[in-house]
Amino acid sequence: MTAIHEELRPAPPVKLVIQGVSKTFATRHGPIHALDDISLSVREGEFVCMVGPSGCGKSTLLNIIAGLETPDSGAVLTDGKPITGPGRDRMVLFQEPALFPWLDVMSNLMFALKLKPNLNNQARREVALYYLGLVGLGKFAHAHIHELSGGMKQRVALARALAPNPRVLLMDEPFAALDAITREQLYDDIQRIQEERPKTIIFVTHNVREAACLGDRVLLFAPRPGRIEGEFPVPLPRPRDFGSLEVARHASEVMHALKHHLKPEGMEAAE
Amino acid sequence: MKRMLLPTLLFGGLVVVWELLVRANIWSPVMVPSPLSVLEYLWRAGADGTLGAAMLVTVRRLLLGYVIGLLIGLPLGFMTARFNVCKDTLGVVALGLQTLPSVCWVPLALLWFGQTEAATLFVVIMGTVWSALIATDHGVRTIPPIYVRAAMTMGSRRLHTWVKVILPASLPFIVSGMKQGWAFAWRSLMAAEIYVTILTGFGLGQLLHYGRELHAMDQVLGVMLIIILIGLLADRILFSPCERAVYRRWGTAK
Repeated sequence: MTAIHEELRPAPPVKLVIQGVSKTFATRHGPIHALDDISLSVREGEFVCMVGPSGCGKSTLLNIIAGLETPDSGAVLTDGKPITGPGRDRMVLFQEPALFPWLDVMSNLMFALKLKPNLNNQARREVALYYLGLVGLGKFAHAHIHELSGGMKQRVALARALAPNPRVLLMDEPFAALDAITREQLYDDIQRIQEERPKTIIFVTHNVREAACLGDRVLLFAPRPGRIEGEFPVPLPRPRDFGSLEVARHASEVMHALKHHLKPEGMEAAE
Repeated sequence: MKRMLLPTLLFGGLVVVWELLVRANIWSPVMVPSPLSVLEYLWRAGADGTLGAAMLVTVRRLLLGYVIGLLIGLPLGFMTARFNVCKDTLGVVALGLQTLPSVCWVPLALLWFGQTEAATLFVVIMGTVWSALIATDHGVRTIPPIYVRAAMTMGSRRLHTWVKVILPASLPFIVSGMKQGWAFAWRSLMAAEIYVTILTGFGLGQLLHYGRELHAMDQVLGVMLIIILIGLLADRILFSPCERAVYRRWGTAK
């Protein structure tokens, strides 16, 4: 077996444990208690969605898991080992695609792959093409970033995040800036990709229906201080259709809890 | 072609008006020479090699000073963007010295270096360094932080991040900084050449200076035209293609 087949074999998803994570930001208007003693366990290959109003700390928690921010107290463990910083085992899909405009599509993927040791460039190119194919953009390897539509950019960003074969995928409102039709296509894609290359996924969103459509479990966050207010399993078979009644029923359950617990300021109603 | 027509008509018309005004004999021909006599001077000075030699001397000084200025200014700009200690010290100095017209360096340069090449070089470098530094600093600071964050998740650190992310991300700003540095270098050199009379080379600024001393207004205007032309050519040949290439790549072209 060549190295390339080895490389393309999905890395086993990881068990993610968050232990008593707290974080406070100092701002001009005084300290903001973004996260208050959050504990959470995510099993291997689970798709967890975090919903909640702006300022409830869900993005902060995602950044802490990514290693881009450090908690004031508490720890994040992947398979029992505490994380100390950003790492290729936990890739992030940001709200803006964060692609590098000075590189074409292929080079953006190669940027991620070249940082991965023990691969030659031929193998890296094959891996990059595999992931571009996986997101349906095999023909756009040499396009410039600004030539792509918003949905295509986010697909390239997804391919770039998947390329180093991470064990955790962290998504921070990745589809919030896209139009409804593009978004629904991406819901199908992400479910198909999760089927083919299972990852442990943390997905942050404002959109309750999106969370119910994608998640195995939906966590409801509340602000000031940021905390987990409720937990909703979504035991529906996959692939799920964003428009299905079952998804809508689970979404309305979460919406109901949301309205009950909080004033829904800054909250997008279930679209 | 149609777009060429209007400027041609405009400039042709201006030259005609100029010639008519001269023929009307309102001012002394010593003060306002006719366009024909300016052209004649350019032809004469071009033929006997004065103009070509002066252009060569000037452009050589300019390139030398400009390149040295960039080599100092660009790295220092990265330093002030990266380290707040540098921003609070060097950055403040740069901001102050950038507001100082570079001709103000001439007296100091003359006292330190005398009537030498070093004096002109010093003035040009002083004109270039600060604007290049400030443009680079600004460029690095305006990079969307998400680029660096994304690179970090992929395993990029320190030097790799600087070379592969921050440098290319700030390239559009660096190009406009280089263009601005060029404009400042050009102005500085002309100021230096007019004031610093050196025997090792006779540049366009000196030609302009002696035109004044000799009351040769055709020479003064002719040399001014050449200076304008060099500025325009530098913009068209050196910078516009660079800017266009960068903007096309970054997708910021209009």
